[in-house]
Amino acid sequence: MAKGQGAQLERKKLLADPIMVTTIVVLIAFLTLFILYPLAILLVDSFVSKEEGVTLSIFQRVMGLSNFRRAITNTLKVGFLVGIASALIGLLFAYVEVYVRLRTRALSGLFKVVSMLPVVSPPFVLSLSMIMLFGKAGIITRYLLKIYDNSVYGFWGITIVQTLTFFPVCYMMLKGLLKNIDPSLEEAARDMGASRMKVFLTVTLPLLLPGIGNAFLVTFIESIADFANPMIIGGSYDTLATTIYLQITGAYDKEGAAAMAVILLCITLAMFVVQKYYLEAKSTATLTGKASRARMLITDRSVTVPLSILCGALALFVVLMYVCVPFGALFKTWGYDFHLTFKWFKMVFTRYKGLKAFKDSFVLSLIASPITALLSMIISYLVVKRKFKAKGFIEAVSMLAMAVPGTVLGIGYIRGFSGGVFHTGFLQGLYGTGAILVIVFIVRSLPTGTRSGISALRQIDKSIEESAYDMGADSFKVFMTVTLPLIKDSFLSGLVTSFVRSITAISAIILLVTPSYLLITVQINEFAEKGSYGIACAFATILILITYSAVLIMNLIIRYFGTSRVSSD
Amino acid sequence: MSNEKKGVRLEHISKIYQDPKTRKEFYAVKDTNLEIEPGTFVTLMGPSGCGKTTTLRMIAGFESPDEGEIYLGEEPINALPPNKRDTAMVFQSYALLPHYNVFDNVAYGLKLRKLSKVEIRAKVENILKLVQLEGMEERMTNQLSGGQQQRVALARALVMEPGVLLFDEPLSNLDAKLRVEMRTEIRRIQQKVGITAIYVTHDQSEAMSLSDKIIIMSNGKVEQIGTPREIYYHPKSRFVADFIGEANFLKAKVIGKEGSKAVIRIDGREMAVNNYADAKQGDEASLVLRPEAVTLAESGQLPCKVTLSTFMGSYQYYQAEAGGTTVQITDYNPVNKRIFEAEQKAYLQFDPDGVYIL
Ligand SMILES: Nc1ncnc2c1ncn2[C@@H]1O[C@H](COP(=O)(O)OP(=O)(O)O)[C@@H](O)[C@H]1O
Ligand SMILES: [Mg+2]
Repeated sequence: MAKGQGAQLERKKLLADPIMVTTIVVLIAFLTLFILYPLAILLVDSFVSKEEGVTLSIFQRVMGLSNFRRAITNTLKVGFLVGIASALIGLLFAYVEVYVRLRTRALSGLFKVVSMLPVVSPPFVLSLSMIMLFGKAGIITRYLLKIYDNSVYGFWGITIVQTLTFFPVCYMMLKGLLKNIDPSLEEAARDMGASRMKVFLTVTLPLLLPGIGNAFLVTFIESIADFANPMIIGGSYDTLATTIYLQITGAYDKEGAAAMAVILLCITLAMFVVQKYYLEAKSTATLTGKASRARMLITDRSVTVPLSILCGALALFVVLMYVCVPFGALFKTWGYDFHLTFKWFKMVFTRYKGLKAFKDSFVLSLIASPITALLSMIISYLVVKRKFKAKGFIEAVSMLAMAVPGTVLGIGYIRGFSGGVFHTGFLQGLYGTGAILVIVFIVRSLPTGTRSGISALRQIDKSIEESAYDMGADSFKVFMTVTLPLIKDSFLSGLVTSFVRSITAISAIILLVTPSYLLITVQINEFAEKGSYGIACAFATILILITYSAVLIMNLIIRYFGTSRVSSD
Repeated sequence: MSNEKKGVRLEHISKIYQDPKTRKEFYAVKDTNLEIEPGTFVTLMGPSGCGKTTTLRMIAGFESPDEGEIYLGEEPINALPPNKRDTAMVFQSYALLPHYNVFDNVAYGLKLRKLSKVEIRAKVENILKLVQLEGMEERMTNQLSGGQQQRVALARALVMEPGVLLFDEPLSNLDAKLRVEMRTEIRRIQQKVGITAIYVTHDQSEAMSLSDKIIIMSNGKVEQIGTPREIYYHPKSRFVADFIGEANFLKAKVIGKEGSKAVIRIDGREMAVNNYADAKQGDEASLVLRPEAVTLAESGQLPCKVTLSTFMGSYQYYQAEAGGTTVQITDYNPVNKRIFEAEQKAYLQFDPDGVYIL
């Protein structure tokens, strides 16, 4: 059997469509140059030395550094614990939301806020508030408990903060899965006389186990890749991301940092492969059937009351931590003088070039977000709706970006572009410009956007686009007049998500930003490290306001201009 | 593209797919040759999975054949993408553009051709009148019933004035009554416009009532091509006889020939029957009996024993053992005849001139 002719004809049809061909070529070039190449150069840097050629000596050297070995164990320890804790808390919240009748509106409102906060807040806000609540000058430790020398820095600080930051992700993932469990499965078990606990342990939990594993691993990866929290609250407890950062910014050891980055990448990549290609598929495989009927919610007070109180307290605590940030910016001196003042906000703008920082962050993110949203919709379209050779490559590379920690990408860009591509000077002009920051923003948000686009497109009957094609539209027309309008919601939310992700990004950007650009997140990090919490909080408060407004505006736009899902049948 | 109706020719067309599970390659369509005359209504029919949709999609350009060449009129079109082909398709799911109203759905292809606004309006209104949807221009597609959506899909394809109109099981989402109504409608419109139509279905009453010609497919191959009558009365294979209508097959032996007829022996009895398949003396063959072409009587061609007898209203349904096979019989107007009961002995009565062997 030879499929030669069919493949050849497909190619001919594709080539008859110049816009499509150009798009594919440009996409491949972009993905290769800005995702694959920076990672490749890290490999080259860490395996090839000028004197010895191909060598393992650089790896031997960094593995010989005791602080690096410690960073590996630290990172894995934190990641493991954060993964477990987040998955469990996420499960608790998901279970309560899906299975338990919540008495009060307030509680379900609180749940919504908790699921939303990590979306709109910069990644390290919780570290700030952790320090302000429980640190040396912490309101809770110092004033309520009269402990004067409490240290929040280190293992527990990072673990708690990361858990609180990441558990909402697990909550949302597990909620989706729980909703897909057919209630009759559990009712059947109840019918046969099993207790509620027994049903949970023998029916619900086994069905959910791959999903919990998936949530665990997703959080594990997030924790390992996290830079900002360990930076602010890690103290002397270094993780891989911070160690790599210090290796290049403090010790100026570029080859060493490259080798470390390769090791970090290998860890996240291995986990990502397991998560993406094994657990993710498995977690939904058992739960494909939509719930046939509404579930009988648990109303038994001996169950609902303790669960509600537990979740309510946790949620309230998280909200409190976020609320503490604007107050940090309003008190005269945190921990000592609680008079309200606007002096920190004023100082942000008068002394610390706040306006420029906000303008730079805002403008760069605003440039990046439409490009990201459009790119991710184009990639989704190509991946879901078209057949062509390089499709596997495009899909794989844009997913790969999801597994690359920001720090690794940052080092890759430094090594890959500071001397031009392959140190030849080609594209050298890019380094240090706003353009490269925009590109990093795009690369960092592309996987999320693509994933949302893909799932939106999978719900659209493929024959709708085929019919447009059949009536004489070329690929470009089909995309513009059919595909894009049908996934408008996904496009709009991609627009905002990428904007928010960009304006709150730090891990890669902090390595690449030059003094000509002031970015808010970098400023916050700097002031937090210096201990100027008032200024850091003022910056963070304004940043949260910006991101929150962006999300609000998006919701309004979707409500008035979006297509509420148009079904095809 | 033009108003001119075109023929379609498939020469040695094959399509190879890979089974997504076993990764094994297989022929979804194999070495298919077809010649479809301009202006005719042709139906591709066969059981699910036999390659009908694949064949249609190759004609539309969504799939590329791995072997062979497709011609539209005299033009080879293998390398043309769907948007450059003079074909228009009506999809099973209708595939209307959900963000457009009826008018814009129908006008979509015309706008791409850059016709003037006036021209577009005239054409769209004309076609909407033809499918009886006048006054519905402003409706969104989700405000239409299934039958109306079907009409929009048809209008949208017709308005392009394609050389060939393609249908993939367009009625399968409608309820039974509407299905009958729409198929009459489709036939009326096709004949009025005089367009070439290729229609995929697995429903035999649709195929019978619509088609000038029926193409029976099985396992990626064409089994038989013919008018509905030929297919029903002269099926060339057991598969076709069984697939179209009901059929009983009785084992027989060919013992001689008489002109165009074959003399066969069943159960010790001899008779001369039609021999379309040109069986030779000594061949094993099957005598094909349609259930409605046989009745039970006290004398007849073959002795049998009744095993089941059920009153069905307009007919009496029997099963009877004859020549080692169970034969199904639908006997209409039972009122005027003797009704046989199970366990009784009887004879199968049929007209040897009207039956045939395979
Ligand atoms: N894209 C595809 N990839 C692999 N196999 C396919 C694909 N499309 C159809 N098939 C297989 O090809 C065979 C013929 O399919 P199809 O033409 O849709 O059948 P029909 O329309 O007659 O029911 C079936 O076995 C089907 O599973
Ligand atoms: Mg089909």
